[in-house]
Amino acid sequence: MTVQICKGAFDPWQSIQTHQRDNLTDGQYGATATFVGTMRDFNEGDDVCAMTLEHYPGMTESQLEEIIAESKAQWPLQDALIVHRVGEMHPGEPIVLVACWSAHRAAAFDACRFLMEALKSRAPFWKKETLHDNSHRWVEKNTDGYSSH
Amino acid sequence: MSVNVKFFASMRETLGQSELQIDIDTNQTVAGIWSRVAKDLPMPDNTVCAVNHTQATPETLVSDGDEVAFFPPVTGG
Repeated sequence: MTVQICKGAFDPWQSIQTHQRDNLTDGQYGATATFVGTMRDFNEGDDVCAMTLEHYPGMTESQLEEIIAESKAQWPLQDALIVHRVGEMHPGEPIVLVACWSAHRAAAFDACRFLMEALKSRAPFWKKETLHDNSHRWVEKNTDGYSSH
Repeated sequence: MSVNVKFFASMRETLGQSELQIDIDTNQTVAGIWSRVAKDLPMPDNTVCAVNHTQATPETLVSDGDEVAFFPPVTGG
């Protein structure tokens, strides 16, 4: 079970491969579910050209470790990985990766969704957007992950 | 006793500081700490409070050496 905070760009597909090679045993898992969140160039009807992600060093990591522990208690997971970017980023760049490994697909799918929704609602990260006129604004709330949009 | 107080994101900008150490009397709550550092500014309704990296409430009592944090709703992911 691994939590990583990245201050620079990261490649989520490389992170999955590396984590799988270093932490899992071939033949022991039958399902891998992944979620990658990527920065959009639009939000709330405006063009967004950059974003800065702030976190609370120490608390962010402990909250992420706590939600991974909750997922382990609820589903038979072989392993889980959360990688989250902080600092300045641009559209098209990955923001977050959640990956779960289990023997069967139900646990991997369900735990991956749980981890992502728990991260969005509980882990101390904050987004500040830069618009095309070089003005800045804080994102005030996340969208509902269970809505139809 | 003393506590370390931190502010994040828009709350840091509103209060114009990110971190400070203050001396307080015993039996102080998180809300009492807010009043000390934010002066006349009421705590916004959606403020999230934490003590030693664990989410707390305005009524939570603080102890010597605690780290108390105030921040807006989280928006990561």
